[in-house]
Amino acid sequence: MTYRFRDLLALEPLSADELTFLLDQSRPFQAIQRNPLKKLATLRGKTVALAFFENSTRTRISFGTAASRLGADTMNLQAKSSSVKKGESLLDTVHTLNAMKPDCLVMRHAASGAADFVARHLDIPVINAGDGTHEHPSQGLLDALTIRDRKGSLANLNITILGDIAHSRVARSNIHLLSKFGCRFTLCGPAMWVPRELESIGPPGASIRRVFRIEEALEDADVVLVLRVQTERLHEPALSAADYILLYQLSAERLRRAKPDAIILHPGPMNRGVEITPEVADGPQSCVLEQVTNGIAVRMSLLFLLTSGPAEEANPQSAEAQPKESANASD
Amino acid sequence: MLLIKNGRVIDPATQTDALRDVLLDGDKIAEVAQSGKIAQDQSTEVFDATGLIVAPGFIDLHAHLREPGQESSETIETGTRAAARGGFTAVCCMPNTKPVNDNASVTRFILDRAKATASVRVWPIGAASVGSKGEAIAEIAAMKQAGIVAVSDDGKPIATAKLTRQVMDYCRSLDLLVIEHSEDVSLAAGAVMREGVTSTRLGLPGMPAAAESVCVARDVQLAELTGARLHVAHLSAKASLEQVRWAKQRGLRVTCEVTPHHFTLIDEDVQYDSRYKMNPPLAAREDRKALIEGLVDGTVDAIATDHAPHEPALKDVEFDRAPFGILGFETAIVLSLEQLVHTGRLTLMRMVELFTTGPARVLGIERKIAAGQPADLTIFSTTREWTYDVKQSPSKSRNSPFDTRTFKGGPIATIVAGHIIYKM
Repeated sequence: MTYRFRDLLALEPLSADELTFLLDQSRPFQAIQRNPLKKLATLRGKTVALAFFENSTRTRISFGTAASRLGADTMNLQAKSSSVKKGESLLDTVHTLNAMKPDCLVMRHAASGAADFVARHLDIPVINAGDGTHEHPSQGLLDALTIRDRKGSLANLNITILGDIAHSRVARSNIHLLSKFGCRFTLCGPAMWVPRELESIGPPGASIRRVFRIEEALEDADVVLVLRVQTERLHEPALSAADYILLYQLSAERLRRAKPDAIILHPGPMNRGVEITPEVADGPQSCVLEQVTNGIAVRMSLLFLLTSGPAEEANPQSAEAQPKESANASD
Repeated sequence: MLLIKNGRVIDPATQTDALRDVLLDGDKIAEVAQSGKIAQDQSTEVFDATGLIVAPGFIDLHAHLREPGQESSETIETGTRAAARGGFTAVCCMPNTKPVNDNASVTRFILDRAKATASVRVWPIGAASVGSKGEAIAEIAAMKQAGIVAVSDDGKPIATAKLTRQVMDYCRSLDLLVIEHSEDVSLAAGAVMREGVTSTRLGLPGMPAAAESVCVARDVQLAELTGARLHVAHLSAKASLEQVRWAKQRGLRVTCEVTPHHFTLIDEDVQYDSRYKMNPPLAAREDRKALIEGLVDGTVDAIATDHAPHEPALKDVEFDRAPFGILGFETAIVLSLEQLVHTGRLTLMRMVELFTTGPARVLGIERKIAAGQPADLTIFSTTREWTYDVKQSPSKSRNSPFDTRTFKGGPIATIVAGHIIYKM
């Protein structure tokens, strides 16, 4: 199995085998995160452009760290300091970045489809680090990796997603990935955040249902994915923060409805006391910090896979062989 | 004198479908007769239309020519050249120019520019409200005197029910058509495509079908209240069509048009490519089916293009930042043939009606091939293979989702006021 695309724009078009391949590719990089010396020389001489047109802290740092641990150099573009503010078009901005000859572009943008649009105009691999309310593929992969580590397998799990699913790219990437392994989804939140159409976005035969009572939604859950409640959306006239907490906050008491070994994921940053109680966020079932560590492993494997070129098959062995060499590297 | 010989004349006004010769004298039709019956002298220019359809000049009720103000996207000259290539002999241009055509001097400017530069007839539509802002009624009577054929705040609806009522009352007294871009702007706010599974999957904000049909419901009831002539522009939703059907059954003076892109494409075709972004957006599969039924059963009065050029710099951006609208002139006939005639859903007679007597009736004018009528003719093929290459278009813009598509049939010649203004 290889990865047949130049870019990683979305998880939706990938098959279960391709997704398994991507997850397996991340494994050796997970091990590296436990090494005292984490820096490899695998991508020495390569440059990764990080273009974040939307504010992001953790994803930007995670990709930047992943690139640096592979020995690659990075070019950073942040919307605030960029010519975007001066009215330059997205296409002109990325063409300018591309003229500085990076080997790969990692981009985050507030517009759904922005990475897809850019990839059509560039000849280097593009990794979508989140596009509007469409997808966040590396997050979907790191969530799946975390689940697979804890549960042993991705097959046939009951996944409950809580919150503003309509506007969540994380939810979409999770649905597209995990549905292909037979996971059953229960989507729960206020009706305007869980539109009926979400039941039909998965692959044919996917099991996706909407439930409006959190107690019912948590019944028999193996995994609970809690989404960040975007506080700006709470100010929409439709819903008050107090109502949200009353109806949908994940508390220890409510969590008891789930399976005893259920795990909790959250893409961060968390609003403690809004979508999740501190007790649950810090409890034994919570995997939020593992997610962060796995994020670097997943992103290292993606950068490795896409920037080593389509001719060379990405090979976990060779990646594993690298650490010794690079542990001696002095940069 | 120009003799169009051996063509198959299809004229819905007279229900003619027969081989006829048509003789044009100056800007009028001089004679229509059975093939070979018209005597010709050496000074008569002959156009051999053997194997071709000869129809009354096609009318487009809905186009944006962008002049004055947005000449980098289109001008009256380039737009009407594209219209001529698409087989249109007359186009109605919407008032959302810069400045807005909300007063007689802008109307006169457009008509003067048309006289100087246009290939086809240009029939301006005036704004219903000042600046199309939905606050005060525009100087409609003065614009009518200057030459507008209808009023509309197209690009958006007439803002409030009260103003719509006032415009309708006033236009009724002036016997002027009101064209409505039906959209509840609060339901459509922020949306860039139709709401549905595809918009949800793509994470693009969608507007429900009701964003259109709620406004159509408002407007047909106001048409009943006022007795005005209401024309619903670019109707895209099944529920809107049902409102129009209801209005027609009640005998109200309500008409509607459908665009080729709405009877050809659906929301599922949208893939972050801004050439698929227009307003109203591409609708659901069942809406498209209903529109085709409406074209068949007569609920729909006209096919109109909503030709909306945007220069590449404006359109080559993120999907949600791109302006709404696509080119339409050069693909209207070919898409109608492909989707409606070659599929057996419409007769050629009915298709021609939707481009000729249909829009003419909406405007309250005549359109037929008969002695004494204006010498405007559209000559097209139903068989010749043709590939649309948007780079060849005289339009200044390139925003068509139908670029590189191959069609069977299409415009062969366009005649306006006795002159062959386009010949392929």
